[in-house]
Amino acid sequence: MRSDDGHMDVALTINGKPVSVRVPAMERLLDTLRYHLGLPGTKEGCGEGECGACTVWLDGLPVCSCLVPTFQCRGRDVKTIESIDPASLAPMLESGATQCGACTPGVVMTACWVREHPEILKTHTMRELLAGNLCRCTGYDGIVDGMTRMLDNSGGANGKYA
Amino acid sequence: MKRFEGLAKLTGAERYVDDLPADGGLGMGPMLWGMTVRSPASRGRVKEIKFGKSVDWKRFTVVDHRDLPGPNEVYLIARDQPVLAGTYVRHVHEAVLLIAGEDREQVRRAVAAVEVVIDREEPGLDYRAEPTADVVQFRGEYGDNIFKHLTINKGDVEAALRSAPIVVEGEYETGAQEHVYIECNGMIGWIDAAGVVCVKGSMQCPYYVLNALKHTFQRDEKGVRVIQTATGGGFGGKEDYPSVIGLHVALLAMKAKRPVKMIYDRGEDMQATTKRHPCHVRIRTGVDRDGHLLAQDISVRMDAGAYITLSPVVLSRGIIHAAGPYSCDHVRVDGKAVLTNSVPYGAFRGFGAPQTIFACERHMDVIAARLGLDPAQVRWVNLLRDGQTTSTGQVIRAHPPSKGTDRVALMERALELGKWGARKQEHAAFNSTSSRLRRGIGVATFWHGAGFTGSGETYLKSKVHIAGLPDGRVEVRIANTEMGQGTTTIMMQIAAERLGISVDDVLVAVPDTHIVPNSGPTVASRTAMVVGRLVERACDDLLVRRGMGLPAHVSGASPEAFAKNPTAGPNPSREIIGEAIYEPPPGIHWDDTTYQGDAYGTFGWGAYVAEVEVDLRTYATRVTDFVAVQEVGSVINPVLATGQVQGGVVQAIGWALMEECVWKDGAMANSQLTNYIIPTSDDVPPIRVEFFENPYPYGGKGSKGIGELPMDGPGPAIANAIADAMKDIGVEPNRLPITPERLMECVQRAEVAHAK
Amino acid sequence: MMGASGPGALVPFAGGTDLLVHWPGNLVAHERTYLDLSGVGELRPLRWTDSHLEIGALATYWDVVQDARCASELPLLVLAARTVGAIQIQTRGTWAGNIMNASPAADGVPALMAYDATVVLASVGSGGGVQREEVRLDEFYLGYKQMRRRPEQLIECIRVPRRAYAVSVFEKVGARRAQAITKVGAAIARSEEGWRVVANSVGPTVRRCRTVEKMLEDRSPVRSPEGFAPVLAKDVAAIDDIRSTAKYRERVLARVLYFALRGLAAGVV
Repeated sequence: MRSDDGHMDVALTINGKPVSVRVPAMERLLDTLRYHLGLPGTKEGCGEGECGACTVWLDGLPVCSCLVPTFQCRGRDVKTIESIDPASLAPMLESGATQCGACTPGVVMTACWVREHPEILKTHTMRELLAGNLCRCTGYDGIVDGMTRMLDNSGGANGKYA
Repeated sequence: MKRFEGLAKLTGAERYVDDLPADGGLGMGPMLWGMTVRSPASRGRVKEIKFGKSVDWKRFTVVDHRDLPGPNEVYLIARDQPVLAGTYVRHVHEAVLLIAGEDREQVRRAVAAVEVVIDREEPGLDYRAEPTADVVQFRGEYGDNIFKHLTINKGDVEAALRSAPIVVEGEYETGAQEHVYIECNGMIGWIDAAGVVCVKGSMQCPYYVLNALKHTFQRDEKGVRVIQTATGGGFGGKEDYPSVIGLHVALLAMKAKRPVKMIYDRGEDMQATTKRHPCHVRIRTGVDRDGHLLAQDISVRMDAGAYITLSPVVLSRGIIHAAGPYSCDHVRVDGKAVLTNSVPYGAFRGFGAPQTIFACERHMDVIAARLGLDPAQVRWVNLLRDGQTTSTGQVIRAHPPSKGTDRVALMERALELGKWGARKQEHAAFNSTSSRLRRGIGVATFWHGAGFTGSGETYLKSKVHIAGLPDGRVEVRIANTEMGQGTTTIMMQIAAERLGISVDDVLVAVPDTHIVPNSGPTVASRTAMVVGRLVERACDDLLVRRGMGLPAHVSGASPEAFAKNPTAGPNPSREIIGEAIYEPPPGIHWDDTTYQGDAYGTFGWGAYVAEVEVDLRTYATRVTDFVAVQEVGSVINPVLATGQVQGGVVQAIGWALMEECVWKDGAMANSQLTNYIIPTSDDVPPIRVEFFENPYPYGGKGSKGIGELPMDGPGPAIANAIADAMKDIGVEPNRLPITPERLMECVQRAEVAHAK
Repeated sequence: MMGASGPGALVPFAGGTDLLVHWPGNLVAHERTYLDLSGVGELRPLRWTDSHLEIGALATYWDVVQDARCASELPLLVLAARTVGAIQIQTRGTWAGNIMNASPAADGVPALMAYDATVVLASVGSGGGVQREEVRLDEFYLGYKQMRRRPEQLIECIRVPRRAYAVSVFEKVGARRAQAITKVGAAIARSEEGWRVVANSVGPTVRRCRTVEKMLEDRSPVRSPEGFAPVLAKDVAAIDDIRSTAKYRERVLARVLYFALRGLAAGVV
């Protein structure tokens, strides 16, 4: 798997498409996406799994792509911000969920994950689920409001988790 | 209007400097990665620089202070800060060398292989202490390290204190705060085909960077060029520091003859760049039994760090706000900024005001407690009424008369929304039965001078252009940057309304110093108010140049020449520029030598109420409700304005309760987001925001500043709520941040005091 | 799962939530060789036997959060899991990794230790067969980052006995409500096997507070938080670091225990 120059070939699925990349052995998924695959929507905020700006879905679960070595994604499914339907984000726009935008792709990946798994709100609050996404601009109200409206639109929450 | 670039941000399509392709979009081949070698010591002579043998140095470009084409000075207020340390270092992490190479990891290894050997000298790290001879900086050029000493004098403070029935004293302190913009600092530098030194990246103030390049590269403004890229937060942290990085990438690019990119990682950004000034305030106040302020004697001391950066202006704003929005005939404010060997402090949202307002507003509650009065009552009797004067003698006038929107009305509304009286009763009942929890409520009433202090705007002479384009649209050309606060959107709204056209027909130019005039820095909550007003005037100028009258809602008449589409004017085939240059509002007078007069054209006003719950097991404080009522002129865009307040309040909650820089030998020890703690969504309640509108005739669309105001009130409102919650114990939370550890110490002090 | 091995040795890891922190700047770590366990699918699941919950070496916090049976039967595990970082960390971090990283501030370890969990260590014997050794978690740590484990041994699973618990309390004191490293914490459980009180971030390892446990067994009277202070002095050795102070940790641990146990433990009133 590992070649003499310390690189590895990794085949994985990104945003529904099969992709094969040759990357340094322990390159972070974040760097592979941003610098090798032309997907710079995923941001780096801290490089320590704290801010969540680099959140992507790995096999359907939100993870910090700064803490995932790309080679561990072989044969697995990665979804990034580039896969999100812009039209579905209108409620986030209207509620002021983004200001500077640096944390935003990560926030959206978490918010959309909750939208797809509304049952999680039976045990978790939105604010707990968002705690892995640090935002320094909005104070979080715009995000929580936008997420609530997005859930209402998708019928997932039927308004009951606002 | 919805945020113009909002969808691009939500979908990740917005391109920040580190998102640009490997050639930076410049078509000059892949960029090199640049990094910085920094001082390991807080102070001393550079004895030797050792280059490790493990590195093939031929593969790297190395820049030191001898490579500078001009003065080794970062051009700002003073010229004391070197671009790269030469023979002497004054703070840890000071930049000494720059290294660029093809591969980021190889550059990291090269940086790690350099050893900067320092002949260490005793650093001065405590700004509160009177400096001993061995820690005097710059051979005493700035006296006893106090390089700026400002005073405000009104009336006769000593006499008023002598005759006051009660004198209340207090000491207050606030710590450094890190900005934690989510996008770290980053820049690209290159030399274009015409030999122009170019820089683009994350910044608030392109013309600051431009001036720094002009000075160090010894060029006029045609020989240098600065372009802003999408900026992921600033909060002041990208006001002065980008000049340093801009110089660094440009120097590397010039020597390497290749474009160079520098992106700080989080640790470097936290360790090496500026923070909010630590501040100590001592107050003596003379009051009568009704709580009237008879005299205010206030001493302010700020840690500037190792270089002057923007500290004189931070100090200035700090002392002007120190006496609070209160009427008092006898005021003395004495402010000192102190050089130390700490990493230089710089601009941070609020710019000195949050520090002194914390002291002032906390002290108001100390006075109330001493007099046995409700803190709201003490504020009510002292809040400035229209026609009364501030500490600098500025008469507070409303435009138009502010009945119903003045300071008193704001406070009354905030107390009403916060259910002040009812909550106090509920808390008293709850606290008497709970052994584990204490609940309390606190208020702060405060102000924030809108725009630059004193004569700042007059010196600056900001200029804006509105270009009427041949296709009928217009382009707003300003140097003010979008960094999350909504500049682009607001300017589109202002121009569209002024011209009577659709926002879809308004473009906002990328801030590029070859295209946009110098409309001043994006700081001091001045953009919507000052620059927005200039945009309106430039729109008017454009209409006039096109031979069209002013729009009806501006001129009051109904000019028949005005059509929906400004291309209806003559010469539609070429670009026509409308221009406006700053002129101060009439009747504004400020004296820089006496610190008397109109410190600001106008003020934003706020009244905030915080409710807290303190866990007596852990001494942790949670803000359970927050009400923010303010008057900021007209609200141009309610969603953006509300977001500014909510975000500012949460940033201030962090400063008040959890954000602590831990220092070890002058270096930030907790330079990781896992150890420098900012609030998450789960740490803060919904922030309830309400605006009182009172249009300011000299601000864009009637606006005043908004961005900084919400940083001022939460600290003291929360501290006052904690004191209220724990009044049975008797704690005095007079030092921010009120971390659980610090509150525990307050409790232990109170226990000792009770035992005596 | 990862382990701190000497230079040259293979470093096993799975979730990477410790290993990859500050990875680009951690040049020393780039020189090591790593053994990725994430592909060994059979290590992943949670298995319920009649007597135990077996947590596979690759089981994540999120796997436990999602397991309804854990919430009802072994609630400390769910409570602990939900305090680790935030969801992005919980979906990647493993219980075995939490044990092997050996941080005194580990959040999963106190919950496991309070439930008398054991660690099943597996290695390949000289004959090629798998050799297994089961070690009690409360005997696993020998000192700061020191474990009762040979370099060739890997955690195969963690076994948690199924018992009826009369008391399950998990307290985590961090600098904020989520995404925080524990400044002081405790997991408390009571079953027919007796009291278990486990504290973290107050010594070089996560550890049982055996003096406190004995006090509770003996029903010694404790009438205020200070009542725990002397016994805690025997069980813990807190230090000052960039996250908190020894004074705070010791005082708050006593207070947290007192308020948690008041009314639950005979004697604590």
